[in-house]
Amino acid sequence: MPWWRYLWAPGLATSGQVELALVVGTTVAVVSAVVGFFVVVRAQAFLGHALSDMGATGAAGAALVGVQALWGFLAGGLAAGLTVEAGSERAHDRDLATGVTLSFTLGLSALFLQLITQDTSHAGVTQAILFGSIFTVAPSIEPAMIALGLAAIALVAVLFRPLLFASLTPETARARGVPVRLVGILFLLAVVTAVEQSALVVGALLSTALLVGPAAAASRLTDRPGAAIAVAVVIAVGAVWLGVGLAYDSYLWPPAGRGWPVSFLVTAVVFLVYVATRLGRRAPTGGADPTEAV
Amino acid sequence: MGAWWGAAFPPGLFTYAFMVNAWLAGTAIAIAAALVGFFVVLRGQSFMAHAIPQSAFAGAAAAVLLGLNPLAGMAVGSGAIALGIALLGRGRGEGIATAMVLVLGLGMGNLFLTMAGVYAPEVFGLLFGQLVGISAAEVREIAVLALVLLGAFAFAARPLLFASAMPQTAAARGRSPAAMRIVFALLVALTATLTVPVVGALLAFSLMVAPAAAAAQVARSPAAAMAAGVAIALLSVWMSIVIAYDTNLPIGFVVSAVCALGYVTARTWRRMRDRRPGALAGAAAAGA
Repeated sequence: MPWWRYLWAPGLATSGQVELALVVGTTVAVVSAVVGFFVVVRAQAFLGHALSDMGATGAAGAALVGVQALWGFLAGGLAAGLTVEAGSERAHDRDLATGVTLSFTLGLSALFLQLITQDTSHAGVTQAILFGSIFTVAPSIEPAMIALGLAAIALVAVLFRPLLFASLTPETARARGVPVRLVGILFLLAVVTAVEQSALVVGALLSTALLVGPAAAASRLTDRPGAAIAVAVVIAVGAVWLGVGLAYDSYLWPPAGRGWPVSFLVTAVVFLVYVATRLGRRAPTGGADPTEAV
Repeated sequence: MGAWWGAAFPPGLFTYAFMVNAWLAGTAIAIAAALVGFFVVLRGQSFMAHAIPQSAFAGAAAAVLLGLNPLAGMAVGSGAIALGIALLGRGRGEGIATAMVLVLGLGMGNLFLTMAGVYAPEVFGLLFGQLVGISAAEVREIAVLALVLLGAFAFAARPLLFASAMPQTAAARGRSPAAMRIVFALLVALTATLTVPVVGALLAFSLMVAPAAAAAQVARSPAAAMAAGVAIALLSVWMSIVIAYDTNLPIGFVVSAVCALGYVTARTWRRMRDRRPGALAGAAAAGA
């Protein structure tokens, strides 16, 4: 077998499974990168990650009462997100409010999983929630997740200017009459929508990787918000395509015939890009670089 | 009284060997996690307390793949993850670095499990955990690790407190903030190694965050906050063992619910105290 077959396995461009994975993955990548830019600027990576675990708890609850997982994800994320918001009147409280809410939600998850399986070994469910798989997406979920993704992007587009103002210089924005708290809550809705639609199809792991990684890398490369969002989208989509392609190829890699998990491959690509931008030159002026120490 | 007492404390709660081990292990873990939790709360690092125990399972998964001791894999994995976060992140970038290292750790854990091709419930048990089913040998392991942790804590507490409470002054006095970040991250990693194999990542996280967070609302000095954190953690774990034994609810759920309730109670209490006239001085001390 020629060496390049390891990188371009037979059928890669024609497989229907790969096509669906690419459509779903591209949607998640674009939405995560756009919303992720503001998550990075506002230093809300913890909340962004926590929402995926919180949504999964909602999904376990939904399974318990026989409701569709999608609604469970949304309801769980919304309830937990608003709890965190209510618990962080002072900026200093936010980290703890997120932490305690996340710990309680994870505990609730343990309870729901026990009730679902009536068994101590719920390894399969845990694995599915954490790691998901872009290759096992049901085609019927595609329209709903694309609609949710568009809704999240539309919300960010409407909020764009006040959100940017309130995120970069909250004190000045408040003085100029921007309703900072309200903008924050509306942005939370966008984050919940974006995170839950991605966590549902690709799992908590990839959801967080695509939300935080591309946007963090992009904000090291440019100071201009529009350019940073565009670069983040390119990185996220590129990582998903590369990861899906490599995962398809990996059935030819050792250990034979097992295939490497796509979540690992996409995450590894994102991580490498992030580390590369950290090692590279600092952002031109450094002043507005949100990843720099303050 | 007999009926009520018998329902709350049924026979075997303190006498079955597996329950004795659960009491011993739970007590050691509560003390260790609450002490390290003081710094988690002071530094506002809940995310790290979540990420290190959860992604450290990658180390255990790698050990399963290579046929090595999972506890050793756990120690190496959590140490590597802690160093990664400490080296990549500072200031506002710390959350991003934590998220990136967390997803890489989870991804690698998933990769190793897939490669090993094993259905590995013991590895997934690391995520949600159990408190019963701890062997006497494991209790001894925990006791040794807890002593190591206490030693490291006694050694690191003063400089770490200085660096966390007054970062600028500490840096000016020549204490490297980077070194302190590494010391703190390694303390969390050691706590994760101690707690996760026994009780799972969830309990490790709950106990590192919530009791210390509740203590910070009510205590007025670092020493009082540490003591109150340990007391709240012990009380929470002991109550949870009794409740879980009585009701057969999963221990992860009970501990996290009791801890969250403790935090909400403490915050409510602080708010009511702050509203009282003339309470400003106390509020300033507690908020500092």
